[in-house]
Amino acid sequence: MLSALGQIGSMVRTIWMVFLHAFHKRETIQYPDQVATLSPRYKGRIVLTRDPDGAERCVACYLCSVACPVDCISLQATEDEHERRYPAFFRINFSRCIFCGYCEEACPTYAIQLTPDFWMSEYNRASMVYEKEHLLIDGQGKYHGYNFYRVAGVTIGGKGKGEAEREFPPVDVRTLLP
Amino acid sequence: MNDVLTQVLVTVGVLLGSVSIAASLIFIERRLLALWQDRYGPNRVGPFGLLQVVADMVKIFTKQDWVPPFADKFVFILAPSVIVASVFMSFSVIPIAPGIQVVDLNIGLLFILGMSSLGVYSVILAGWSSNSKYSLLGGLRGSAQMLSYEVFMGLSLMGIVAMVGSFSLTDIVEAQGRLWFVVPQFFGFLVFMVAGVAETRRLPFDLPEAESELIAGFHSEYSGMKFGMFYVGEYLGVTLISMLIATLFFGGWQGPFVSSIPALGLLWFLIKTFAFISFFILLRGSLARPRFDQLMDLGWKVMLPLALLNLTVTGALVLAGVL
Repeated sequence: MLSALGQIGSMVRTIWMVFLHAFHKRETIQYPDQVATLSPRYKGRIVLTRDPDGAERCVACYLCSVACPVDCISLQATEDEHERRYPAFFRINFSRCIFCGYCEEACPTYAIQLTPDFWMSEYNRASMVYEKEHLLIDGQGKYHGYNFYRVAGVTIGGKGKGEAEREFPPVDVRTLLP
Repeated sequence: MNDVLTQVLVTVGVLLGSVSIAASLIFIERRLLALWQDRYGPNRVGPFGLLQVVADMVKIFTKQDWVPPFADKFVFILAPSVIVASVFMSFSVIPIAPGIQVVDLNIGLLFILGMSSLGVYSVILAGWSSNSKYSLLGGLRGSAQMLSYEVFMGLSLMGIVAMVGSFSLTDIVEAQGRLWFVVPQFFGFLVFMVAGVAETRRLPFDLPEAESELIAGFHSEYSGMKFGMFYVGEYLGVTLISMLIATLFFGGWQGPFVSSIPALGLLWFLIKTFAFISFFILLRGSLARPRFDQLMDLGWKVMLPLALLNLTVTGALVLAGVL
């Protein structure tokens, strides 16, 4: 008898507490009118960034293309007159992309980055294929001050062996012989 | 001639009024549930989302009205009309405002109980004719639930009948001039409320259509306007039970200033009705569905004895001349 009364009391309490929710703030974000703030590391549209000197960061290593689970990235590596690698073309098919962010994790030069932009609706499927000029942005994205060729030991035109940051000049091992 | 015209006007008014309340419940229920779940509900179509009703109507009227090839065609089509017709009949004896009523039957209460029993046919026929196991299970559950809850639904009202000495709803409303029957008949009110929820197959007693177990139960094979009829029938049932609670226990159209302005009675009646409709929706938003044996336990072991006890005590007090 007592437990039955307790159950009824619990039900009445439930009804009352649900009723009180009429005076609570509503959780809904009225999407097209109100937009939620997305964090900077939200995984949306992919961009290609530039290094602090304004050159392309991408060294066309194909790692993003390999990491991509849906094979939506295709590119072709080439070199400029300074032996600096860059993609001749860089193409992302956003109608395939699943925004997993593996390409960003695979990228050794912080070139490929995901942004908090997801408004990518098109009437034409071909419009979802972004070429390099659509992907490249003028800034450095989320990682500032990083320039791959300035820290890497790779020689390119204008930067010899041992001239990178925190790199010692190469040692002539024969001079160390007794 | 004037009498006939008034009669026709009242009849059409009650018909259209009950249909439009039931239709607006599509919108009201979703908005109220959303309010209690900290959401907004439909608010994009028209001002405050009011045109959602129109959009839903257009959608359900233009949907393909499909009869499954394995169904018993005649009964399948008949079933949804039974529920709407039987609920509509009940609206005819409810006094809406002083002197405004489609027909003042002297057995009004019995008529309503009889009509709500007819609603069981709709559930069982729909479940049977659909020729599907979920529908049949839903139909069986529905008929068992409605039949057993009907017993004490009637019994819970007999206390009022004993006090008023009449089955006429007009007499019952007029007897509540000084005191609403919810005070002397509090247990009757509780039992009738529970039975009313079960009778309209609303949550938490929606076992006949339990969507998580039976995939909409007795109307899972229905589509288009035939499904819409079940929907409208359910909302009409909610409206009817709310109107009945307001009429039987909360004084119907009785309220301040009604004696000087009789039209105010309609307003009081509608306010009371909508309060109970909102409570029905609140129940849906807060309580969980019991198991079927728990439902039957509650019905036969708690509600029936309570209704009988209420009737016995009321009868004794009426005999002693206290009430």
